[in-house]
Amino acid sequence: MIEVANLTKRYAGGRTAVDDISFTVARGEIVGLLGPNGAGKSTTMRVLSGFMPATSGTVKVGGFDVFHDSDETRRRIGYMPENNPLHPEMRVREYLKFRARLKGLGWKKSRERVTTVMEQCGLTDVGRRIIGQLSKGYKQRVGLADALVHDPELIILDEPTIGLDPQQIRSVRALIKSLAGKHTVLISTHILPEVEMMCGRVLIMFDGRVLASDTPENLQRRMAGGSQVIAEIAAPLATLRTVWENLPEVAQFDLAAGEGEFFRCALTPRDGEDLRPLIYNLARVNGWPLRELTRSRHSLEDIYMQVTRPTTEEVE
Amino acid sequence: MSIFLTLLRRELASFFLSLTGYVIIAAITLLVGLSFVVLIAGVGNDPFTAPVTEMFYGTFYFWLILLLATPVITMRLFALEKASGTFETLMTTPVGDLQVVLAKFTAAIFFYMVAWLPLLACLFLVQHFTNQSGALDAGTMSGMYLGIFLVGCVFLSMGCLASAISCSQMTAAMISFVLGVSLFSLAYLAKSTPVNGHWQTQVLAYFNLFDQMHDFARGALDTRAVIFYASATFLFLFLTLRVVESRRWK
Repeated sequence: MIEVANLTKRYAGGRTAVDDISFTVARGEIVGLLGPNGAGKSTTMRVLSGFMPATSGTVKVGGFDVFHDSDETRRRIGYMPENNPLHPEMRVREYLKFRARLKGLGWKKSRERVTTVMEQCGLTDVGRRIIGQLSKGYKQRVGLADALVHDPELIILDEPTIGLDPQQIRSVRALIKSLAGKHTVLISTHILPEVEMMCGRVLIMFDGRVLASDTPENLQRRMAGGSQVIAEIAAPLATLRTVWENLPEVAQFDLAAGEGEFFRCALTPRDGEDLRPLIYNLARVNGWPLRELTRSRHSLEDIYMQVTRPTTEEVE
Repeated sequence: MSIFLTLLRRELASFFLSLTGYVIIAAITLLVGLSFVVLIAGVGNDPFTAPVTEMFYGTFYFWLILLLATPVITMRLFALEKASGTFETLMTTPVGDLQVVLAKFTAAIFFYMVAWLPLLACLFLVQHFTNQSGALDAGTMSGMYLGIFLVGCVFLSMGCLASAISCSQMTAAMISFVLGVSLFSLAYLAKSTPVNGHWQTQVLAYFNLFDQMHDFARGALDTRAVIFYASATFLFLFLTLRVVESRRWK
């Protein structure tokens, strides 16, 4: 569905926002574009949507070049830009109808489609409300409904859940998930759990380049090597030290005094193995009181660290 | 075509379904009314044979209204959409750049013509109370409105260009005001420079907006003036189109 080959985008003034990236997205996939602010996610999406041309490289959507066959590709794409710009003075239904007509739908067809997407996005009750007076969650749904209104093959959503409360985020995510199969979806975000929940594949962007492209599970596995287990155990310090030193699964450990008799042990596994069952068994067998046992979830930062490390070493 | 009409409807709605639109109309009405009060008072003291419409252009009021109103009408067109980001959602739908430019310009000129309608009421009053039958004569009237339309086209197309190159409405208004004042000054210069054998003065004569409007107000149609206004409008709209397209080669 999307074929990006050697895409580079340099802005006037010489700043390179996207630096020679290539990737493909198959039909029906939900792909997350993950990266910190300024990584080039929005720029990539703007080029894909046909709003800006690439400095070099080719971008094809559904087999059409986004620059040379701009009209053809724009018909196939539903794009929601960052910050979801809308006309605040218009009413929801009126706005969606206006957008449907702009996207080339006939009068009757646009009425049908607007009704359909309003149901799909849960907007039926607010059709007569003025957009500017809606809550942020509803505005976001209006933006989504706009992206969907012409039933496009490809949907590009730039940070669709930013600034929403947890409840709203959940409903927007559920909506996006429901699009899988029928549409190809490309989402940008900097929230890792979001990608895990919605996307079949993740592209990690950093500093204008794609550093990794994999399923969330595989990325997790790659990451697991670095994840620590925290255990708070009430046992003599010396005993704990010898136990950890003699366990082959533990690569590294750190001990700190906690409250009362408890010690806080931070353990790094050797082969990305989950140490928790092992520690529980140890505590049970020895009769040590155990009051906390957690595996620290690797944050997005950790992933960046992990994926950016090889390249920095190459430079050195 | 249907996309153009959709865009035009939307642009017209944002003029006529907003408070700003009516504030502009009210301001123009006030200025037109005021200028007629001053005009009639002047005529009362010093009888004048020419039709009132002609005198109206002779005063600075008409030009003042033109110079003030056109930047305010056009400043919103592109600058607001760019500032709010809706320009991005607009240009990523399968609409043509030309359609967008033309729809915005057409809406602006339509609104501008509507804003000038109160002038008819003033003329009617003049005719009613002075028995000057010439004021509402079909010939002078259509000539006058054609003149208003053509000059408006030039000034509004300059405003479109100004709005297309700026990202804030204030900047857009200032740029189009400066452009308008420049054209106005050029016209002033043209009026005060007599045409002689030099080509410079002959070229300058085309910019003599005052005499041209004067002719229109008398009901006389000067093809050279019409062509001049039409080509100036065309030029500015073409430049606007290039600016809108420019995001493709930046």
